[in-house]
Amino acid sequence: MSVVPSFEATPEQRELLVIYNRADRIFRRIVTSGALTSLILLGLIGTFLFVRSAQIFNDRGLRFITGSNWTAGSGDGVIPDDFSIGPMLTGTILVSVIALVIAMPIAICGALYIEFYAAARLRKLLSTLLDLAAAIPSLIFGLWGVVLFTSFGERWSIFLNSRLGWVPFIKVQAEVFGRSPFVAGCVLASLITPIITSVSREVFSRTPRDLIDTCYALGSTRWGSIKTVVLPFGRSGVIGGAMLGLGRALGETVAVYLLLNIVFRYNFRILESEGGNIASLIALKFGEATEYELKALVAAGFVLFLLTLVVNMVAATIVEKSTRRK
Amino acid sequence: MSTVVSNPQSQPVAPQPTTPWKPTRKTQFTGAFSIAVVAIASFAIVLLTGLAGIDGFGLTFLVVFFGATFVRTKRLNPKARKDAMVGVAICAASVLAFFPWMSIFVSVVVKGAKGLQPNFLIENMQLTTPDDELNMGGAAHAIIGSLMMVLIAAAITLPLGILSGVYLTEIRGRLTFLVRFVVQSMSGVPSIVAGLFIYTTFVNYTNSFSGMAGSLALAVLMLPTVARTAEEVMKLVPDDLRSASYALGARQWRTSLMVILPTVRSGLTTAGILGIARVIGETAPLLLTSLSNNSYVFNPIGGPIGSLPTYVFGLLQIGTENSINRAWTGSLVLMLLVLVLFLIARYFGGKANR
Amino acid sequence: MVQDSQTSVATVSASQTTATAVRGLETKNVHAWFGKHHVLSDVSLQFPERTVTGLIGPSGCGKSTFIRLLNRMHEFIPSAAMAGQVLQDGQDIYAPDVDAAAIRLKIGMVFQKPNPFPAMNIRENVLSGIKLAHLKVADHDAIVESCLTRAGLWKEVKDRLTATGGSLSGGQQQRLCIARSLAVEPNVLLMDEPCSALDPGSTLRIEETIKELAEKIAVVIVTHNMQQAARVSDFCAFFLTDGGPGYLVEADATKKLFTNPRDTRTADYVQGKFG
Repeated sequence: MSVVPSFEATPEQRELLVIYNRADRIFRRIVTSGALTSLILLGLIGTFLFVRSAQIFNDRGLRFITGSNWTAGSGDGVIPDDFSIGPMLTGTILVSVIALVIAMPIAICGALYIEFYAAARLRKLLSTLLDLAAAIPSLIFGLWGVVLFTSFGERWSIFLNSRLGWVPFIKVQAEVFGRSPFVAGCVLASLITPIITSVSREVFSRTPRDLIDTCYALGSTRWGSIKTVVLPFGRSGVIGGAMLGLGRALGETVAVYLLLNIVFRYNFRILESEGGNIASLIALKFGEATEYELKALVAAGFVLFLLTLVVNMVAATIVEKSTRRK
Repeated sequence: MSTVVSNPQSQPVAPQPTTPWKPTRKTQFTGAFSIAVVAIASFAIVLLTGLAGIDGFGLTFLVVFFGATFVRTKRLNPKARKDAMVGVAICAASVLAFFPWMSIFVSVVVKGAKGLQPNFLIENMQLTTPDDELNMGGAAHAIIGSLMMVLIAAAITLPLGILSGVYLTEIRGRLTFLVRFVVQSMSGVPSIVAGLFIYTTFVNYTNSFSGMAGSLALAVLMLPTVARTAEEVMKLVPDDLRSASYALGARQWRTSLMVILPTVRSGLTTAGILGIARVIGETAPLLLTSLSNNSYVFNPIGGPIGSLPTYVFGLLQIGTENSINRAWTGSLVLMLLVLVLFLIARYFGGKANR
Repeated sequence: MVQDSQTSVATVSASQTTATAVRGLETKNVHAWFGKHHVLSDVSLQFPERTVTGLIGPSGCGKSTFIRLLNRMHEFIPSAAMAGQVLQDGQDIYAPDVDAAAIRLKIGMVFQKPNPFPAMNIRENVLSGIKLAHLKVADHDAIVESCLTRAGLWKEVKDRLTATGGSLSGGQQQRLCIARSLAVEPNVLLMDEPCSALDPGSTLRIEETIKELAEKIAVVIVTHNMQQAARVSDFCAFFLTDGGPGYLVEADATKKLFTNPRDTRTADYVQGKFG
């Protein structure tokens, strides 16, 4: 056998065309349209909410975001309608940030504990329970918060107020505690902790075992290996999980509704008994709203939708990136 | 000297497995003992300083424990000492992480069990006020309403979720990235926004609140969970199976429908069940779409309908002792439903992995 | 001295209890279990300083378990248990108050797949052990250079020490991992099939590195490659399993084991008749 050398230039690449027959094409079209439902649905949500509330944005413009009143008019024009969501928007962010600041370190430690400290049998039990905990309805967190947590929250608030009162956003004006952004934030934190823990644990567990072994083989302690290998490896996944938790906290309705005095005033003092968020505003006013007020509520929902969409898209991008790299 | 020649090579005693790296009985005992000492010391401090409650005790315990660890590790090198201290911190923080939901599990069971009597599961609230004794009235209407709504939602979502799973794993068209991205972002749509969306569309056009509206709102929330889980389980199908089918000359649609989907049947069941578990406790969207009702409604388009979450929510707002007790029982039933769904999902999930 | 020990060292006889401690590593009647599963039975071997010992045998005969016993990596598997003694310079490393991390610092390990730390550059990778073990070192640059030189990588990477480890080829990555293990100055280096994921050229390069390392420390290498064992090792130990726990069939100077083994099974294995 002899090989005839070819002195010609590399032959032109032939295109590999996949040709589907009719049945396949129909199948692909059906599946594609099914898959596009979620895309269309997301578009529809945005569009409908915007269209239904366009009048509000038209009437009030930027004042809808910046203003601080939610007053239903008397109908005859004596007292004009005045709807804006400023305090609720800042309240949404305030409560969510409090929740995230509390939940993040706790959740990361919890995930590390399950993955690297707990004994094998306990690890299995805890991760099963954790999945279940992530599925506890927020309503039950709200119930637990109102009935059981509030007394703890008040006690901690009094303690914080007396010891850290010199910090501007901690000092309260009236000595009334409870039903404050801090208490609601604590309950929201316990609501999102299972989610963040669950995502973090998942990422940590994917750390290549031999990298951890290498650390130990270099004479490292357990914490040394975690710091050197596990945390850098899991960083983007943990951030993604945190963003998911943040998204959940931003849109939470009933837990905040049950735990916070909804008051229309800009409030950044976390222990003061007033606050609110957009979602709880909608739940509160929906029942007895006039037609125009309903439109304002839909507009508020649209703002919330945009806010959470941005957060979730960032989260989706980070999570996507961190899973693709592996 | 005795004349017995011992031959070490033929030891009659088989060697016993040992684990010299694990703490011995003695160190375990000293460990438990020192924890007990720390606990007693913190209890004494709590009594003396007037710190109150389980949180005060926990805090004191932690501080004393930190101090004890610091003293105990004095002889070790700085590296091991840091490791021990960080270990204590991580354990303490994870107690904080697990405490809320463990407390919720326990309190829901303990407080909910009081009202969990037969009447709770077979009666409705038509003739009972929330303030009545717990042996009157029940949540049967709410359970039925909830189950009806989630089942309709699942019936809508499951086909769509499966299609999107098939698209992402089998067709892998140009929009793969976009679809996955949208599904991911959609999983974060606040539940109240989903309710608002259905309110501005379905409720406005039909001019009535209804179970159907509730189902649609729940379906919006359920779709991302189902689509993502469906994708995950279909990704697990080995590529060999596809290749084998194609090598037999099968078309794509036959491969997908007759090879891939039957393989992941139990996985898809899991997807549907996890979706249901995700939405069965949603309250906010139902407040805007299905409202609530005190008696049985079996017609999904026959006006407001009761459901477990709105039942509990309504009771909470009344706030009397008996109504709160009913709310705990409602929560217990809700948790049990979620638990049962999880167990079923796990059963099918375990089957899928085999 | 190495010459002297060639005949007496690495004998199978478990009964030989010498009063004088061996410089290097020594195991006495070591057994290993995973749960109830007895995976390794009664291995007594010696790994003196300045030698390379090859551990050979078919898959599943407990070589990897054995090598992980030598620096207390075995215990990271939850159900693991052991019996017997592992002596480093005469000291039992499984004694109750021994600090396992300090042991691992002195008995380094290189793994099957090259695994530089992904979040670090080449220089940081070499220095990672020093940082992890909180060692005080005056001149970091000197350490980086000497370790990379000993691992045979210095010339190739000296101009790009800040590149990530992942930018190197597989063979270079493995040599980086060797350099990383050397930075903490171990007395013994354990290598678990270090070349099985590499191409022949890189393999030869690493074998040269191994021989150079053996001028100072003891090297223990698990390998499936008969030729590699013949090329690099001074002594060889042959493991086997009959379905039960793995055991040591024969250990001897490599030349003798390959040309004139005492056991027929060894002869069959080194000639490639099974395994």
